[in-house]
This record gives sequence, structure tokens and C-alpha cells, in this order.
Amino acid sequence: MATVLERPKVSKALPPEKVKGRQSAVAIPEGGYFPDKVEQGRFGPIFPRTPLNYGFTIIAKIKPGTQANFYQYARNIEEGVAATPDLLDVLKLHTLKWALFDIKGDTYFMYQGIFDTDFDKYTEDAVNIFSSTGLDTVFENLEGFPEDWKSNPQAFIRFVREHHRPSFLEYAEYSYVTAKEVKSALEVKNGLANVLDNMQL
Amino acid sequence: MLEFEDIQHILLTRTPALTGRYIFVKFGNAESGRAWLRGILRTVRSAAAVDTSKNKSSWVTVAFTWNGLRALGVDEETLSGFPDEFRQGMAARAEVLGDTGPNAPEHWVDGTNRLDLHAIAILFARDAQERGRCEVEHDELLTRCPGVEVISSLELEATPPYHYAHDHFGYRDRLSQPVIEGTEDIPYAGCGGPLKAGEFILGYPDESSQPYPMPDQKLSRNGSYMAYRRLEEHVGKFREFLAEHGETSEEQELIAAKLMGRWRSGAPLTLCPEKDDPELGADLNRANDFNYAKEDPHGYAVPLGSHMRRMNPRDTAVNMNRRRMIRRGATYGPHLPEGQADDGRERGIAAFVICASLIRQFEFAQNVWANDKNFHELGNERDPIIGNNHEGTLEYKIPKRPIRKKIVGLPAFTTVRGGAYFFLPGIEALNYLANLGSTARAAIPETEGASA
Repeated sequence: MATVLERPKVSKALPPEKVKGRQSAVAIPEGGYFPDKVEQGRFGPIFPRTPLNYGFTIIAKIKPGTQANFYQYARNIEEGVAATPDLLDVLKLHTLKWALFDIKGDTYFMYQGIFDTDFDKYTEDAVNIFSSTGLDTVFENLEGFPEDWKSNPQAFIRFVREHHRPSFLEYAEYSYVTAKEVKSALEVKNGLANVLDNMQL
Repeated sequence: MLEFEDIQHILLTRTPALTGRYIFVKFGNAESGRAWLRGILRTVRSAAAVDTSKNKSSWVTVAFTWNGLRALGVDEETLSGFPDEFRQGMAARAEVLGDTGPNAPEHWVDGTNRLDLHAIAILFARDAQERGRCEVEHDELLTRCPGVEVISSLELEATPPYHYAHDHFGYRDRLSQPVIEGTEDIPYAGCGGPLKAGEFILGYPDESSQPYPMPDQKLSRNGSYMAYRRLEEHVGKFREFLAEHGETSEEQELIAAKLMGRWRSGAPLTLCPEKDDPELGADLNRANDFNYAKEDPHGYAVPLGSHMRRMNPRDTAVNMNRRRMIRRGATYGPHLPEGQADDGRERGIAAFVICASLIRQFEFAQNVWANDKNFHELGNERDPIIGNNHEGTLEYKIPKRPIRKKIVGLPAFTTVRGGAYFFLPGIEALNYLANLGSTARAAIPETEGASA
């Protein structure tokens, strides 16, 4: 008898309070949402929280001949963060990754971020930072990116949503932990080390 | 240069709101709606007219839902130019706003969740006698406009003591308000500089330095959007909570202050963390002069999740100039004297948030500041006063050395009882709407605002 495989409509993953700080994996249905618990945000449904908290993977084709702009952008970000370490603070970030790759002669851009909040919440703030600090060049090199994005955050959000490829599986060694908690734990550890050093006197 | 003579006074003027009435109406047909508007227009004053009539004792404002603009006969192309959130209306945005469970639109008591809610007339009056006079005048207008139906109305009443504005919980109100560039208002110390008019009034540059969208020049210039909220305050439950968490009246006052971020006198905990200072609370130039990033980063004075810190995170958020809002409104329902058991009657605040973009300003504040459980990485908390705490499973953390106080199962002190999105046209636009479909433009009733 043939086995009928059913897609997981309801998550079997353990809830955050059971696995916080420990290993867990979540399988995500096709489309990126759990139909039984789709939360509505200001700009549409919010992609679900996973052990990595929130994030996106944006994949878009770049305008031909603009590769050099991406490498310049990388240097801009490097310098910007070195000069102002909390430059991207508003995004509630863990990590960001940028990559370029080729498919059949076309170059594509991948931008993957892990956040502690869903991206829609602070999009206008992000747009404001990008446009006010001159970090805006990279998106403008993507095909289909709205030219009026600085005055039209909704168009920016639409582009992000249309080019987001939701995960179908996410795993974390330490689940549902915020960047603030990680940094706080390191501060405590360093603080205790200082106390112990002082106890040697 | 602001066109004061074309801007409805509510946007720029804070009139006394000791009493008054909000009237929610439905137009049976376009002509009846326009006749009602033509009639009421005579009493609607501009910011310029209000400035020159200090002896007045009543103030009228008129605004429309998107369905109301359509009911008046605004063409489809113009209607389609309004932003999605306004077109959908507040009830349709319930989940975004935290209006779920007991806050959900199906439980609203005033019919503001209805699709045939078309307009609101806002009356603020100095006393009951003047309110009565205006109500009679409006009743007479209704008899002349068959087809216009009052869906509901809400009588406003200040709560004692009357010499300063406060809510039923006793918190001083009207403490901080943005100042608009081009007006004569001077910001209080600590409130930042004046903001570009386009943050609140359509047709002017805003804080983005970018082109600003405007649905339709003739209709929206000098207009704005208003989010209406009718918020019941559960005074008995609030007092029980204070008694449960504070043995002495001093301890109870401190708990009340920790929820708000200010003592009930208005004095901020940043400036007087241990003991109330009513004189400071009443001095608006001192009561706003503080920040958080350096002065109180961990929330030992003002808890990170307190109402004041959520609604205005000051220097712990970015882009603040694009999130500010103008608040107008009043209390309603009977005063519940201290020591008296809750009588079960509804009492609360019925307020308007005025802003140029509902999604960027009002909805952001509701969605992110008031109802994001993880605001400031707090986890499992919402605004203790206006957040949706009806699940009964949320927390409230009060930072304190050596160990914070964590209240588990914070009760809901408020419930949303009604709400709607309105468009607040300028005076010229009101005249345009009143005479849509009419060829006799000369018949436009002259308003005090237009003649000022």
C-alpha cells in the first residue's frame, strides 16, 4: 500500500518556553507560514518565529554590470560599523550575510538576516537609516527595486516580501535567545572574571 | 507657511474638554449627508478662527470614514488614492492593533465597527448648558436632514478634581505634545524641537525630506487622519491591583507610578524615583526634561515596559520624529470615588490620535510600542495600561536591585469599546464635500472659519 505523505500543517515543534537556550529544529510548511497561527502585521502576514527568532533570505537578480557596486557597498558597511558600532542597532540583528552567485550567466544577490523581531516592525526605521547614512546603494542595483523607496517604505517592503524565500527548516543550537541575552551573558561572564581577578589581591 | 484659516481647529488647538459629545452618523443617501454637512459647517471653525474667539465655549469638528466619503459622492478614482489602512478602517485592522479577544470589534458597543459608519461630529464644550444648547441645535439639524441617522453618541465628562486633566485612574494627562513648525507654540524642555507640519497635516513637507504622497489635492490639503479609540478603564480592578501589590498608600502610589513611568501627579520617575513631587508634575517645562539612554538605561526608575517609555522611548529609539502623534480627547462615564466598590458602569477615555500616516504613526505605536510582547526584549509583556493584557498570562517586570520584581498574570486594566479611522478635511475641502454634485456653488454656506 502506498504511503500518503502529509505536509505538516500544524507545527509539532516544542514551544519556545520548553526549548529556550537549547537545541531545537522546526519544519516549516511550504509558503513559509503555519496556517493555524498566521499573525497579521501592519504590512501583511508575519513570517513565523522559529528557534532563530526571525529572519529573511532575499534573492534577487542584479542589474548587469553593477557587481563593483556591491564590493564598494561592503567596504562602506565595514567602515560605517567601525565608526559607529551601533549603526544597525535598530534592526535587532544577530547576523547578516551577503553573497553574489551566478545562474546561467546572470548574477544574483542573496541577503540573509537573522533578527530578534520581524522585519516589518522596524522597516521604516531601517529605510531611514539606509537613506540617511548613504548605505543605500546595494538595493538600487537590484532589478525591480522601487526607485521611490526612500519616500515609499511600503514599496520597499513589497520588494522584500516578493523576493524573500522562506525557510522550510530552521535549527538553532541555542533556541529563541535574543542578541541582547547573548551580549548580557557575555557581560556577566566578563564581569565575574573581573571580580575573580580582584579577589586575587 | 501654515494655512491656519483652512485647518480644522482640533489639529492645532487644545480647547477645554470639560464636557462634550461625540456623535457617530450614517448617511442614508448622498444628498442627506451633504445637507447635514452644510448645516453643521457653520459651526466648524478653523485654527485661525478659534484663535480669534477666546470667549467661545463650544468647539465642533467634523470628520469622515472612507465609506463616508464614498457616501457623500466622492468619485472612485479619488477614493482609491487614500491609503489602504484608511480604506479598510480600524475594525478591519483589529489584529494589527491588538484588538483581539475582549478588545475585538465584535464586542464594540457604539456601532463604530459598522461599515455604514460615515461621519463623526465632535463637540467639546465648557459646560453642560452649552453642550445642551449645541445638542438641541444638532437635533434640529437632524430633523431637517431625513436620511441621516445617529448610530450612537457618547457624552463626555471630566472627572474631579477639575483643575487639571486626568483619567479615571488618576493619572495626569496632557503632559507632552509635539509642537508643529510654523505655529507659535514653544516645545517644553526635553520635548525636542518643533516638527515639520507634514507629520500631522497633509500638503506640507514632513520630517523625511522626501516627496510626500497626498491622495487628492482639493480634498486632502490641510487635512489629516484621526484614529478614534474608546477605551474603558476598569477602575475597580486597577485599585484592587494596587492594594494587592502595595501595603501602604505610599507603596500603592509607587506601583501605580511604575506602571505609567510617572507618579499620578505627572512627575516622571526619572526625575523623582523615590518620592512624588506634585509641583514638578504640574510644571510641564520640567516634567518632560529627561532622557533614558544614559539616565536610566536599565529601567531602575522608569521600567522599560512602562506606558510612558513605550509611547515615547525618547533617545532609546531612532526615527522618533516620524512616530509622533497629536492627541485630543476627554474622559467619559461617572467618576468612581476612592474607596467605593466598582459599580460596573462603563467609564474611560475617548480619544483621537491625529497624524499624517495611520500606518507609520498610530498603527506603529499600537503594534510595536503597545502590543509587541518583545519590546525592548522584555518577552511576554505588553503596555500595562493600553496593551492587550486580556490573556491574563502576561508579565510586568519592575527592575530593582538586587532582584527585579516580576508580576505574573498582569490583569487588563482597559478594554477597547469602540474605534474608527476618520479623515479630517480642511475647511475648503469640507465646503467641496458639502456641495459635491451641486451646480449652485454660490449656495455654499459661509463658515466662520472661511470668513475669519
